[in-house]
Amino acid sequence: MTRETALNLALALALPAFVASAYVAEEPFLITLATRAAILALAATGLNLALGFGGLVSFGHAAFFGIGGYATGILASHAQDYTPLMESPFLIEGTQAMLIHWPVGMIAAGCAALVIGALSLRTSGVYFIMITLAFAQMFYYFAISWPAYGGEDGLPLYLRSSFPGMNTLQPLPFFTLVFVVLILAIGFCGMLSASRFGLALHGARQTPARLVAAGIGPFGVRMTAFVISAMLTALAGSLFADLNRFVSPSMMSWHLSGELIVLVILGGVGRLFGPLAGAMLYVAIEHVAGGLTDHWQFFVGLLLLAVVLFARGGLIGLLAGERGHV
Amino acid sequence: MSLLTLEGVTGFYGGAQALFGLDMALSEGEVLALMGRNGMGKTTTVRAICRLLPRTEGRIVFAGQDLLSLPPHRAARLGIGLVPEGRRVFRGLTVEENLTVAARSGHWTLSRVATLFPRLAERREQSAETLSGGEQQMLAIGRALMTNPRLLILDEATEGLAPTVRAEIRSGLAALRDTGLSILLIDKSVAEIAEIADRIMLIEKGRAAWGGAPSELGPEIQHRYLGL
Repeated sequence: MTRETALNLALALALPAFVASAYVAEEPFLITLATRAAILALAATGLNLALGFGGLVSFGHAAFFGIGGYATGILASHAQDYTPLMESPFLIEGTQAMLIHWPVGMIAAGCAALVIGALSLRTSGVYFIMITLAFAQMFYYFAISWPAYGGEDGLPLYLRSSFPGMNTLQPLPFFTLVFVVLILAIGFCGMLSASRFGLALHGARQTPARLVAAGIGPFGVRMTAFVISAMLTALAGSLFADLNRFVSPSMMSWHLSGELIVLVILGGVGRLFGPLAGAMLYVAIEHVAGGLTDHWQFFVGLLLLAVVLFARGGLIGLLAGERGHV
Repeated sequence: MSLLTLEGVTGFYGGAQALFGLDMALSEGEVLALMGRNGMGKTTTVRAICRLLPRTEGRIVFAGQDLLSLPPHRAARLGIGLVPEGRRVFRGLTVEENLTVAARSGHWTLSRVATLFPRLAERREQSAETLSGGEQQMLAIGRALMTNPRLLILDEATEGLAPTVRAEIRSGLAALRDTGLSILLIDKSVAEIAEIADRIMLIEKGRAAWGGAPSELGPEIQHRYLGL
């Protein structure tokens, strides 16, 4: 077992262990805090696929996070108001079922990523960053100006969406659900990165011309990664809406896109468990330093600076030492 | 039968023209060496064939297909395996991963590449950037073979390598020639090329200047076109 594998295992166990002790100590707020970390880790895991594995610095992943959130919010709000979402040409009712919210949000985000990717993936560097940012801002302002679903005020949800055989309103079952989804997503990304597709994505990031010479078009590889990445982030957005029982345009703001990038960099770009490490660290600082001062983000800034200057591999790189797979 | 034909090919880097109506043909199973002084258009010719040149005009036909109407990766999929100038391996990937990323079904498999270059088999799990220069070049050739090409193009495959490694790569290429694979080779060493190539084509200022068997490449022609 390499040091990184051991570290990954420790990270995977740390969050459930923390939740178990919070449960024993009867501190449901801490379980909710851990759930928030797991959801942010899932969103950043999605981003890591594009940013870390594909070298695509997307500054617009908040759009996908928000699309996932609004998919849940819109479907759930219609279910709680007993109003259909659409009556013609065919009837679509709202629903509280997560198993419907998730695919709807993921497919919607995947379609949005196809459109955004079709334009942005023809560029690179700062242009790619700016185009993804511009699209996310378009979604943000659209959500603000959409009064049917709360506009700027957002959309409150009275109940948490349902999952078969589970009381999702209880913090512990909801955390368990989120954590299982996170581990499955990380496992999926691990399989993807070790597959031929993952190797080609690595090649597309490093030297597209070499990939072309091998008969693989970098555009298709990048687009696939970008769409999968968007879908994972949308799944996190859907869970985030359920965690807060509230959806608002702020889920699509550029601050959140930046936050997701920070999580990936803190944990380790292109490291499978980097987003989880980054999210745990970020939420811990937010909770601890946020209790001391309103300007807690100052400490995140300091930490980010330290990571960029002294630990390019992020927290995982610093602790594991050796280079990651990508 | 001609596998690759170039007719009146012109090539440009931005506004600068590098090829001026180049004609060339390569038959199935032939080993053709492209030679010329620096800056005469050898690598540009290879880039034009592989569709990696920003602007190419004229006619390039490979296995009956017009290459200029295809995007670069589709051209490669028709069966053109390129070993580019410099040791172009994917850093961060292991030897095996470098080989499998390009793999397409056919004669060439991991084990066949390992038989051709046993050193790669010994370093299968090793990260590509930790290989020596010669091993990286073997890996680049192996990766091109894994695409199961009909035409293998090598741009300065042995440039800057130690004589023993050059000999090892040359014997690998000779073995490839004996399998009937078509090879387009760019190299500077007349003596080494004479061992492998069936035919030599000299390029001067973006045009074909001379063509013939290695034995016909007399001192006068070498002096005139290669400056030797």
